[in-house]
Amino acid sequence: MTIPTSSIEQVIPGQGSMAQPEEAHPSKRKRQRFTFIRNKKAAVGLTIFGLYVLFAIIGPWIAPYDPSARGNDLVQPPSADHWLGTTHLGQDVFSQILVGTRSVMYVGLLAGTIATVLSILIGVTAGYLGGKTDDVLSAFANVILVIPAVPLMIIITSILNNASDTLIALVIGLTSWSWNARVLRAQTLSLGRRDYVEASRATGEKTWRIIGFELLPNLTAVIASGFVGTVIFAVLSEITLAFIGIVSNNGWNWGTILFWAQGQQALAQNAWWWFVPAGLAIAFLGTALSLINFGIDEFVSPRLRSAGKTKVKTASGRTVRMRIGFTPVLSSKGGEPS
Amino acid sequence: MSQPVLEIRNLNVDYGLGDKAVHAVRDVSLTLHRGEVLGLAGESGSGKSTLAYGLTRLLPPPGVITGGQVIYHPEGGQPYDVLALTDRKLRQFRWAETAIVFQGAMNSLNPVHKISTQLTDVLRAHEPKMSEHTRGARAREMLKLVGISPDRMDAYPHQLSGGMRQRVMIGMALILQPQVVIMDEPTTALDVVMQRQILGQLIELRERLGFSVIFITHDLSLLVEFSNRIAIMYGGRIVEEAPAATIYRDALHPYSAGLLASFPALRGPKRELAGIPGSPPDLAGMPSGCSFHPRCPKAFDPCPTTIPVLGPPADLNSAGRSVACWLHPALEIS
Amino acid sequence: MRYFLQRIAFYLFTAWAAITLNFFIPRLVPGDPVQSLIAKYRGQLSSDAIQSLYVLFGLDKQESLWQQYLDYWKQIFQGDLGLSFTFFPAPVSQVISQALPWTVMLVGITTIISFMLGTGLGVLAGWRRGSWADGLLPVTTFFSSVPYFWLGIIAIYLLAGPDSFFPSSGGFDSGLVPAWDQYFIPSAIQHSLLPALTILISSVSGWILSMRNMMVTVASEDYITVAHAKGLSERRVAVSYAARNALLPNVSGFALSLGFIVGGTLLVEIVFSYPGLGFTLLQALGAKDYPLMQGIFLVITISVLVANLLADVAYLLLDPRTRKEG
Ligand SMILES: Nc1ncnc2c1ncn2[C@@H]1O[C@H](COP(=O)(O)OP(=O)(O)O)[C@@H](O)[C@H]1O
Ligand SMILES: [Mg+2]
Repeated sequence: MTIPTSSIEQVIPGQGSMAQPEEAHPSKRKRQRFTFIRNKKAAVGLTIFGLYVLFAIIGPWIAPYDPSARGNDLVQPPSADHWLGTTHLGQDVFSQILVGTRSVMYVGLLAGTIATVLSILIGVTAGYLGGKTDDVLSAFANVILVIPAVPLMIIITSILNNASDTLIALVIGLTSWSWNARVLRAQTLSLGRRDYVEASRATGEKTWRIIGFELLPNLTAVIASGFVGTVIFAVLSEITLAFIGIVSNNGWNWGTILFWAQGQQALAQNAWWWFVPAGLAIAFLGTALSLINFGIDEFVSPRLRSAGKTKVKTASGRTVRMRIGFTPVLSSKGGEPS
Repeated sequence: MSQPVLEIRNLNVDYGLGDKAVHAVRDVSLTLHRGEVLGLAGESGSGKSTLAYGLTRLLPPPGVITGGQVIYHPEGGQPYDVLALTDRKLRQFRWAETAIVFQGAMNSLNPVHKISTQLTDVLRAHEPKMSEHTRGARAREMLKLVGISPDRMDAYPHQLSGGMRQRVMIGMALILQPQVVIMDEPTTALDVVMQRQILGQLIELRERLGFSVIFITHDLSLLVEFSNRIAIMYGGRIVEEAPAATIYRDALHPYSAGLLASFPALRGPKRELAGIPGSPPDLAGMPSGCSFHPRCPKAFDPCPTTIPVLGPPADLNSAGRSVACWLHPALEIS
Repeated sequence: MRYFLQRIAFYLFTAWAAITLNFFIPRLVPGDPVQSLIAKYRGQLSSDAIQSLYVLFGLDKQESLWQQYLDYWKQIFQGDLGLSFTFFPAPVSQVISQALPWTVMLVGITTIISFMLGTGLGVLAGWRRGSWADGLLPVTTFFSSVPYFWLGIIAIYLLAGPDSFFPSSGGFDSGLVPAWDQYFIPSAIQHSLLPALTILISSVSGWILSMRNMMVTVASEDYITVAHAKGLSERRVAVSYAARNALLPNVSGFALSLGFIVGGTLLVEIVFSYPGLGFTLLQALGAKDYPLMQGIFLVITISVLVANLLADVAYLLLDPRTRKEG
């Protein structure tokens, strides 16, 4: 499974200050939102993600065949009839992918939502209340974090026997919230020390109002990034579970396709069309989500932005690179001193 | 005054490129003489640090030096332009000829290395032939010089107090016996007692070792006490430059006067705390003409339209001072 | 030292939590499948073994939950994890002790190499922004979005085959007997190359990216400017000042993500039929071999905890600030 790379540094206690979101003034928030969309990586990511959502909705309607329907063309390479070839039972791989999109997106988004809600509840509470509550909640999150999630999921799912998509999303969501909870706790801690929050606290504002109106708006980027990261993780987990064949076998998702391809020796039969498209579908979805997260990261800590232009032309026509430690000199008027 | 050691000529520094560029230092010319303490004062944001780091090309992106020269006069050698040095030559130049004590010295030390390592790696880089033993001895000597017990050599930065870290940085700056030491608000993070103590020590060291100092602060009263000459910066330009006593007695530029009035004098007759109304200019949208005119109590006709040039005031016969103000237009130099 | 003791206490607590979790999970299993398996093997099972399975699965309905829990702990301390159904009548502990070294070798070594390689490349990418190393990022992002096991399938498809140098499955040549000799070791290494490469390619990008981001963040710290101002060589500034500091959060990140990484690598073993814990887990799943599944989960968790502890020790050695107390 992939490591949720987004801003590891934010999780590190004491180092958190390095990657804090720039102070977001309420008046500036709107403009910043536009800057986020204008971020090229985020825009590309969102576009691809949008396409996946679209196919998740319309996939089952536009699929040319019933993905489970058997045909007479067994293990055929791509053709006009079967764009992505057929399986050992003559099923249409293209239809399986299209139909499978819905299950993948459903589980990914549902698990992401469950984990995000949990991480907000636990992380923000721990960070805001501090003291004993924080100790207990943090320890809890850390325990869940170091217990390897995938083996746990595998065992739980296999015990559940033919688990439905919703149940799987629940299992994934319940086992994968802890990373984000840690990030949110660290962020809440540092936000809580800011003047305007302390001021609200001092004036006796209600806790839920402070959390809802002062903290959460400033945590949006972190929450979004955590959500996206969990969706990636959930998609990969679901596909993993399906690939080892322990989920309900009456639905289709990309993992199920790979499960049958692996089980029916697609490799030995050189049936690349059987296992390549599903993997690519996962990879592009994952890449899109990662791009969205890069966008969020750069939005949150501007230092990470690729510095736009990194090269500048000097007056004499040479190109020099902008780098720390050696400020570029564009022109030195007058040449040698007399 | 004696020989110049560092001459800044028409230095221009921008942050950013093209039309988005912010001009943080504009056309600054300034000369530092051998053995003197030159004070550089101005509100925060006036470009003091940018000027200081621009000298040795230490500004981080998006800083760019868009023009000018920094002429260095080595002892008994040919002067050369620091901005025209190759990277290798510039590395040799740095710290050996001009050392800097940075603003916020709290974070100037690398948290993962002992201070002995950080003191000796300068020596290793600049004097590779020096033996390990001599390096250690030299580092200990520097610590003693700035009043830190040499047995703190093996301490890590987090084990030292703020004042001690600041002293370590000063000791580090002097370890190669540079000709020029630039100090950027070296004491703002410290309490008043500690400030004076460190500054007193510094001046004493300067008398003993004979280096020149560019001392940057927004606290003009400190400068009046410790420096020979003072330059006042506003909006990226030098607006007035004169011997310390002269500025203190009668500042020509209304901004200098305001700045002086903003701080209670430490010695001598008490002055009123007047302050300067308004806030420092936004570099992106600099006012036309003299950039101080919107805040200036004495602004008149030419101020909003034409930029005054820095030069010796024509109306007064005071040598060794210059000002950029329409109240005291500069001598026509044709 | 206080820091270290705190960490140990935390890991002990986590181990306790994991074992307790392991105690409760099988009690969710509907009793029938286990009972029927036990019934199936009844003739071959000793009464001790049956008793041990009863304790593991809470089939002893007469005892209180608390008593069951105590019995369970007693059994764990004796290293008794029950009997495996798949490899009947081998005890689970024996099956695991055969599989564990393979996983530790493959996953452990590969993960460390991946971390070091990724960190090194991340230093380059973060220090010289806009250089070739930046060009690696899109490629590695793509690879890190691919499930490990799918990359394994592709690797087998493209690189392995009857005439290829890379074997497509197993941990060693079928004609050999595991031993520390000149026949077995080269064969084992040869078999591990492709799975290792798969793990490496999919995991390295995470390290590149996080190290790059840390380098970029650290590069604007004051002490980096000071290092430049001191006229130190580029190399010294990059390595001893920037990378050395950027490494710290990456090491903690390493510890924290071990749990994630292990999950992915188990699947690589499955694809390559590599005789480690992952492959064994798959066999256990197929046979509904609950004792073996649980044992594997427990061992993986403990291994991850141990690895975490080692990473903590590394952190302790790297950061003087954690050393100060005590
Ligand atoms: N990295 C940067 N990007 C853009 N503008 C900057 C940057 N650093 C400084 N500035 C601007 O340059 C001006 C001068 O800053 P500085 O030299 O730090 O002032 P001082 O040291 O006098 O307080 C400030 O107005 C600041 O806004
Ligand atoms: Mg400054």
